[in-house]
Amino acid sequence: MGHAVLAEGLRKRFDKKWALDGFDLAVPAGTVCGLLGPNGAGKTTAVRILATLLRLDGGRAEVAGHDVVREAPAVRRQVALNGQQSTVDDVLTGRENLVMWGRLYHLSKRQAGERADELLEQFGLTDAADKRAKHYSGGMRRRLDLASSFIMRPSVLFLDEPTTGLDPRNRGEVWREVKRVVAEGTTVLLTTQYLDEADQLADQIVVMDTGRVAAQGTPEGLKSKLGGDRIEVVVRNADELPVVADVLGPDAEVDPDTFRVSAAVADRVAALTRVTSALAAKGVEAEDIALRRPTLDEVFLAITGHKASEVQA
Amino acid sequence: MRYAAIDSWVVAKRDLIHWVREPVRVFANLAYPIISVLIFGLVFGSAMNVFGGGDYIEFLLPGMFGQTIAFGVGTTMMMVSMDADRGVTDRFRASPMSQTGVVAGRSIADLVNSSLELLVLALCGLVIGWSFRDGLLNALVAFALFLWLRFALVWIGIYLGLLVKPEAAQASWMFLFPLTMFANTFVSPELMPGWLRVVAEWNPLSSTVAAARELFGNPGVGGDSWAAQNSLLLAVLWPAVFVAIFWPLSVLKYRNLSR
Repeated sequence: MGHAVLAEGLRKRFDKKWALDGFDLAVPAGTVCGLLGPNGAGKTTAVRILATLLRLDGGRAEVAGHDVVREAPAVRRQVALNGQQSTVDDVLTGRENLVMWGRLYHLSKRQAGERADELLEQFGLTDAADKRAKHYSGGMRRRLDLASSFIMRPSVLFLDEPTTGLDPRNRGEVWREVKRVVAEGTTVLLTTQYLDEADQLADQIVVMDTGRVAAQGTPEGLKSKLGGDRIEVVVRNADELPVVADVLGPDAEVDPDTFRVSAAVADRVAALTRVTSALAAKGVEAEDIALRRPTLDEVFLAITGHKASEVQA
Repeated sequence: MRYAAIDSWVVAKRDLIHWVREPVRVFANLAYPIISVLIFGLVFGSAMNVFGGGDYIEFLLPGMFGQTIAFGVGTTMMMVSMDADRGVTDRFRASPMSQTGVVAGRSIADLVNSSLELLVLALCGLVIGWSFRDGLLNALVAFALFLWLRFALVWIGIYLGLLVKPEAAQASWMFLFPLTMFANTFVSPELMPGWLRVVAEWNPLSSTVAAARELFGNPGVGGDSWAAQNSLLLAVLWPAVFVAIFWPLSVLKYRNLSR
């Protein structure tokens, strides 16, 4: 099977600003694609167009083999959308929430009930099935919300910032559920502001900035292609920082708080030797010298020219 | 089409479960009209005059029915804007459910809820001395007119609910309150100063209330204005006009969510 999600030259304008400006995307069936970018990059707009919630102003898109404009109803039967907010109904019990969505997806009463029980079991909510959702913890609500997206075993699942606002333990739980449904064959398009989330889940990462694709590839590929390896030197006192920066070259990044200087290097071990001897020659005794791969944060900075966290706020 | 019916019912049931499980909200909605009936009927009642004579409590009750119905527009607005705000509306739109179901479900839930409010208020009225004197059938027609107005207000509520945030929907009460008072609900328009009298006579709510008074055989019926004399006709027409305007507007607004 080919691509579960395919977008070509998507354009979308809000007032005078282009939220999407020639956005392309191809997600092979059965994989997870992470759409990464700061607020306002166009991630949510892209997802909303692909989920048939927004009209597009240019380009075309196919989801699960159907055109999102001309065949919107067919698309809706095969996708599920899990937005940034929880759509869990607090007054209904967990089970009633799932049965309601089952009915709206046109299952019979009995089918909806059976499917609800299956999902409650799968998502570890059986014990809380008949409790009202308002008594659920944040993680349980998130799982219930996810479970409601799986009623029809969608072939494509859109997850719009699924773990925003969750604590680390609950994030882990959500990640586990996502991995499980992917194993069952669902294609996932995930938007996130968290680089570690994309790193954890995605087979393919697409970095967006100002409505376009700024870079794409596997998490590993992006890291090695864009950042390359980095050498990192930690010293004992601040006086030595400029000396180390001088040795590491013009691209060196100095972090005065942790007495750390780092820079990109092309030749791994040779660079290590060179830096070690240069430092020795200048009489600097390093606390630690190490080679490491860049974090996705650094990759993001390299691609977009600004830190993910700067725009996030 | 069969699915439209199922979808409507599923959506309506969700709201009705809310009313049943969170009776505080129902009581809160009912507390105001009941307390008003007691305050205006029993406290101010003796000081109130009905233009043309008659018992004030009998005059008051149809007005209270009308006000309760009119406040329903705030309830609809609130529910619609909350669904939109919480992303529930988006989930509905991204699902294969019939789009008619979303609004039809809303109408059913709101009408059931309002019927219940009318029933409680009527029972409360019967206890303190209100009655209908022209037979059960006429009384039922009067209640049907109130629900017809409520149905029209569902569409206004959906339109406005899609337009504003829940906080603004909550504040709508401040505008609704005077609108329900600049009418024949509590005081005969004949006793108001000239300009306000015209407003009160032509207030759509007044038409339904006046028609209901006539059908219940309650006092305060009639008046010089064309609006007052044709209240029955207007009680049918005004809501029809609202539906004609706000049904398409709501549908358009709903479609334009995808702009």
